Amino acid sequence: MSEAAHLTWFVRHEWRLAWREWLAMLAGRSGRKRTAVIGLLAFAAIMHVPAYAVIGRFAELKAPLDKSSLIVITAILLLAWALMLSQAIEAVTRVFYARADLDLIMSSPVKLSNVFSVRIAAIALSVTVMALLLSTPFVDVLAICGGIRWLAAFGVVTAIGLSAAAVAIAVTLGLFRLIGPRRTRLVAQIVAAIIGAGFVIALQIAAILSYGTLSRFAVLTSGAAVGLAPDIQSILWWPAYAALGDGKALLSLLALSLILLGAVMAMFSNGFADTAVSVSGHAGPARQGARARVFRGGSRPQALRWKEFLLLRRDPWLVSQTLMQLLYLVPPALLLWRSFADSSIAITLITPVVVMAAGQLAGGLAWLTISGEDAPDLVATAPLSPSRILRAKIEVVLIAIGVLFTPLVLALAFASPLQAAVTAAGILIAAGSATAIQLWFRVQARRSQFRRRQTSSRLATFAEAFASIGWAATAVLALMLPIAAVITGLLTAALIAATWKISPARE
Amino acid sequence: MRPIEPALRVRGLTKRFERLAVDALDLTIREGEFYALVGPNGAGKTTTLRMVAGLSRPDTGSVAVFGIDARINPVAAKQLMAWVSDEPMIYDKLTPLEYLEFVAGLWGIDPAASQARAHHLLASLGLDSHVDERCEGFSKGMRQKVALAGALVHEPRLIILDEPLTGLDAVSARNVKGLLGERVRAGCTVIMTTHILEVAERLADRIGVIAAGRLVAEGTLSELHQQNGQNHKSLEDLFIALIETEAAA
Repeated sequence: MSEAAHLTWFVRHEWRLAWREWLAMLAGRSGRKRTAVIGLLAFAAIMHVPAYAVIGRFAELKAPLDKSSLIVITAILLLAWALMLSQAIEAVTRVFYARADLDLIMSSPVKLSNVFSVRIAAIALSVTVMALLLSTPFVDVLAICGGIRWLAAFGVVTAIGLSAAAVAIAVTLGLFRLIGPRRTRLVAQIVAAIIGAGFVIALQIAAILSYGTLSRFAVLTSGAAVGLAPDIQSILWWPAYAALGDGKALLSLLALSLILLGAVMAMFSNGFADTAVSVSGHAGPARQGARARVFRGGSRPQALRWKEFLLLRRDPWLVSQTLMQLLYLVPPALLLWRSFADSSIAITLITPVVVMAAGQLAGGLAWLTISGEDAPDLVATAPLSPSRILRAKIEVVLIAIGVLFTPLVLALAFASPLQAAVTAAGILIAAGSATAIQLWFRVQARRSQFRRRQTSSRLATFAEAFASIGWAATAVLALMLPIAAVITGLLTAALIAATWKISPARE
Repeated sequence: MRPIEPALRVRGLTKRFERLAVDALDLTIREGEFYALVGPNGAGKTTTLRMVAGLSRPDTGSVAVFGIDARINPVAAKQLMAWVSDEPMIYDKLTPLEYLEFVAGLWGIDPAASQARAHHLLASLGLDSHVDERCEGFSKGMRQKVALAGALVHEPRLIILDEPLTGLDAVSARNVKGLLGERVRAGCTVIMTTHILEVAERLADRIGVIAAGRLVAEGTLSELHQQNGQNHKSLEDLFIALIETEAAA
């Protein structure tokens, strides 16, 4: 087979893998194309409604723009870029650690730098396609309400996707060289989480410190920001102008991103092979401190809880997700600290954020402890009743949530005891609901399958998300409009009851 | 005087999936016996042992472990047993020592005693230089040895092993066989499925041949030869003859 034929074969291989990953993500384990396409179309159609609510008001914007508008558009594009970068870092680490084909590729008689160039291009392409899909409802709304000139935004999204993928590859391979393959997995996931959430959170923190509000636009449209921003002819505004339909700016942006990706491919495709070798089992084992270990005593459920806590602590995905949840809690915590002296209404906003974060985190923890059991036979043959095993695992989830959220509730109690009590109740109910849903829909799986947990039951995923949102709304309404809280509380309880009714646990 | 209870008494054990996997199986294994269960693929060996270990619920039939009815009192029965499957299921993020600590805790074993035993077991299986490494980088053979050490750390009276030598190199396999033999000499009962007939021939006190979910022959090697004619040179010849006879019936 010629080199060109090899590459064509590899492009097809990459395309097939990417397509199947998409199918698995969209259609679950069955991987049915029709389900995937219908699901995707339905999702895209529904997304036009929130897209209109968020972005519809910007449709009439036209060049020349004032600095304030340029700052807002550029910040939105920067946010999109940060989110894409986060996704791309995750995709690159997945290629190294999760794909089982590296041995096959590296033992094949092809030039590795060419093959890995294709793989880098495939990562860039999948990140860009994902960006295009997610942005379609927003660009559609802008084009329908403001004219076809907005279709240029697709070009900007493409440039964002390509450049984010290029930077992600450079960052990840840089991390490999700096800290080695084992640590890179954890650090890359943490970096991805921080980058994804960091931009929004930084804006919120700036808004709180300056204006005592969670609104990001307060900072972006402030006089200080306008004063600091460069002149409207600056190259920094090219992405914003390109999105508005400026052909010259758009072409420059696309050219720059392609050059960046090309440079990354040229620089790193050789190193990619070395990195892959170091990841595929030759990096040396992870050692725990070789101290004189003394076995712990205690009851059997205690042994089970200890094992669960140890595994949770060593789970890189969970560490990065928890960190992200905690990052999202930084702005409300800051708001709490700022509002301590006065009785600002803004402090009430803390409650739904905290309740929702608790529900989401509890859902993830519950899946890991209840479904994600790597040694099911061992636990099932242990001299403990199944109910006692489940109870110990649920206790782990609730203890972890308690440890993470108690300090925040205690701080809140100093400012407003009533709000602290409502928040604590909300956390408990949201965490309990998410855990119960995971319990009803539990399936035996390996912990490493966590990323795809939503594909095992879409119903459980949606129920868990809506229950968290419902309890967050109920908690905030309990503080502001108690009668409305009764209604949302009943609706959320009904949702959970309906979920139980159709869950496999009831059969 | 109370009669001595067998280590395992199985009566009328039946399990049906899409087809009948185990068909009214009766089995009695005495305390201190090394029993090998052999049979072709899909004969019902693993299904039988999974039901004995409490991992699968039988459709009908009873399982008694040292006289304890495993369906009525599963926790007490499990306290006396250990299960090792052919696919070692251990925790990637724990070290072998942490894994053994967890298993000992689950069985409620005294920490000081289990700690000493854990170190001894890991050394016997050649894992002493890996005690502080997480299992995520281990080969299948090393993982199998960790799982086996986990099964032995709580000193079970009945050890159930499903193809325990799969994936082990010759030295490791010999270590495992030595360890199991040691346990049997100490009074422990071992029931093991294997495809390696030479292992059954050399280690087992008695051999059960299972086909289509039924026990078609059982006894010591010489008893099996006597029951089925002396013209079979090895267990392999005998096994093939038995399976062919069963298939023809």
